[in-house]
Amino acid sequence: MMAHTVDFRIPAELLTEMRGWRTKALGIGVIGALLSAIGFFVAGPNQFYRSYLWSYIFIVAISLGPLAWLMLQYVTGGAWGLVIRRACEAAARTLPLTLLMFLPIVIGINNLYPWPHAEIVNADPLLKHKAPYLNVPFFLARAGIYFAGWLFLSWWFNKWSAKEDAEGHDAVHSKMSRMAGPGILFWGFSVTFMAIDWVLSVDPKWFSTMFGLLFIASQGLTAMAFLITLMVLLSKYRPMSEVLTHRHLHDLGKFMLALVMVWAYFSFSQFLIIWAGNLPDEIPWYLTRLNGGWQFVALLLVLGHFVLPFALLLSRDLKRNFKLLASIAVFILVMRFVDLYWLITPSFLKQSFGLSWMDFTVPIGLVGLWLAYFLTQLEKRPLMPVNAPHLEEVLEHGRD
Amino acid sequence: MKKSIYGVMAEFETPTALVNAARAAREKGYRKLDAYTPFPIEELSDALHLHKNRLPLIVLIGGIIGGISGYLLQYYISVIQYPLNIGGRPLHSWPAYIIITFELTILFASLSAVFGLLALCGLPMPYHPTFNVPRFALASRNRFFLCIESTDPLFDHDKTCEFLETLEPREVSEVAH
Repeated sequence: MMAHTVDFRIPAELLTEMRGWRTKALGIGVIGALLSAIGFFVAGPNQFYRSYLWSYIFIVAISLGPLAWLMLQYVTGGAWGLVIRRACEAAARTLPLTLLMFLPIVIGINNLYPWPHAEIVNADPLLKHKAPYLNVPFFLARAGIYFAGWLFLSWWFNKWSAKEDAEGHDAVHSKMSRMAGPGILFWGFSVTFMAIDWVLSVDPKWFSTMFGLLFIASQGLTAMAFLITLMVLLSKYRPMSEVLTHRHLHDLGKFMLALVMVWAYFSFSQFLIIWAGNLPDEIPWYLTRLNGGWQFVALLLVLGHFVLPFALLLSRDLKRNFKLLASIAVFILVMRFVDLYWLITPSFLKQSFGLSWMDFTVPIGLVGLWLAYFLTQLEKRPLMPVNAPHLEEVLEHGRD
Repeated sequence: MKKSIYGVMAEFETPTALVNAARAAREKGYRKLDAYTPFPIEELSDALHLHKNRLPLIVLIGGIIGGISGYLLQYYISVIQYPLNIGGRPLHSWPAYIIITFELTILFASLSAVFGLLALCGLPMPYHPTFNVPRFALASRNRFFLCIESTDPLFDHDKTCEFLETLEPREVSEVAH
């Protein structure tokens, strides 16, 4: 069996490559961050925070989403989960950086949200009614709870996984699978409340019970598209070139197809219910997003975030083609940016579509810095869990 | 001249032996092959190159027909046959049509999958020559069978039997028509 001969530690050649990627990501990140910092003074703090909010929600998705996949694979098992486990763990270890990146939102809370302003709240009975939930101390306390939970889960799964590498899986695997179920529950609730707190409360009078689910699906999709891209990139080098088969990629591609459909399903359900109800409290949110130029962004989302990837991903051969699947994954990641932009920015630009140069520099800066930190974390451990149960079966999965 | 037969069949005791035999037969150039097992074996479909079939296309066409007819059905009823003013909305209110369109896409696609599968497998089939092999009943219990059919261009009764013997089966038998 070849399984015994694969050394999962990162060989020198790949390490040099990864350091190269990291330097590039760091350079781009720093340039983006510097330009955004200049923009803070040139274009004004409001524009900076507006561009920052939606870009930051993407960073949350790409660092937290993999943690959800990590927990899911402890619950379900499966070869697909083992090949992405190390990448998921590394992404979860970037959560301290995600916490650090939350600080600008805390500082800009008055620029982003209407509800911290006493004069606005006092003038509106509905906002007054919501004030016991939507106020700065409770907002920060809730954010504290989310981050405490996420950081704990990240610490727990990384700690026991490191122990599994060192001592074998008998002693520790049950600890991880027992925490995975409650962890997924916590993830689901925390992402729901996070979506309401950080995103929906930009428009504090509007509400939708579907909103949290939309972010749960988007986090899963963002994470899976990122993981597929990373796996295809790593598959060119040892040791993953010896590990990854078409079957693994096929499984991951199926997840991506499923989540593209779930995203479309949630997005459309939310729209259909509000459209059918046609109530004056609810429809302004969509009227803003379907007028003044925003309708073209919406159309782009329908075609690019659903129709095109859905039609392409139906094909079995395509899901087994490393290059094509990675291109679709990258395309979906771009569409994730467009979707977040369309969800958040019209609340600030109610009259007509607008795009600032900061809407490019901020996400590029954040993603660059995040990627650099992610690659630092990824190189710390072997690329496969060396003592995981069923490892040999996974390596034989779909091999001819 | 010899009496024409359906093919020759080898019986194996393990799925691994069967998969190896199927691969060897493919490598030897045989194309008219079929395997019979008590449970699905993923690798076998790869070994026999059975993944390419017309079923996905049938399901796709079924789904598209279902979607289009679902949409047109609602359009015909709400716009042409029985127009009703509902909440002042236009008669052709497409968002309301999506759910039924989606459901009919799924319904037609799944029905095409079921009936397409039956049609492609040639079912129902009251008679099949493989059952002429007495031990073939074991294919639904604990034995694994590989059959090389006589319609294969490379088929030659003696040579094919000899070849199957080299794969170390439990038994090689002739399948009468």
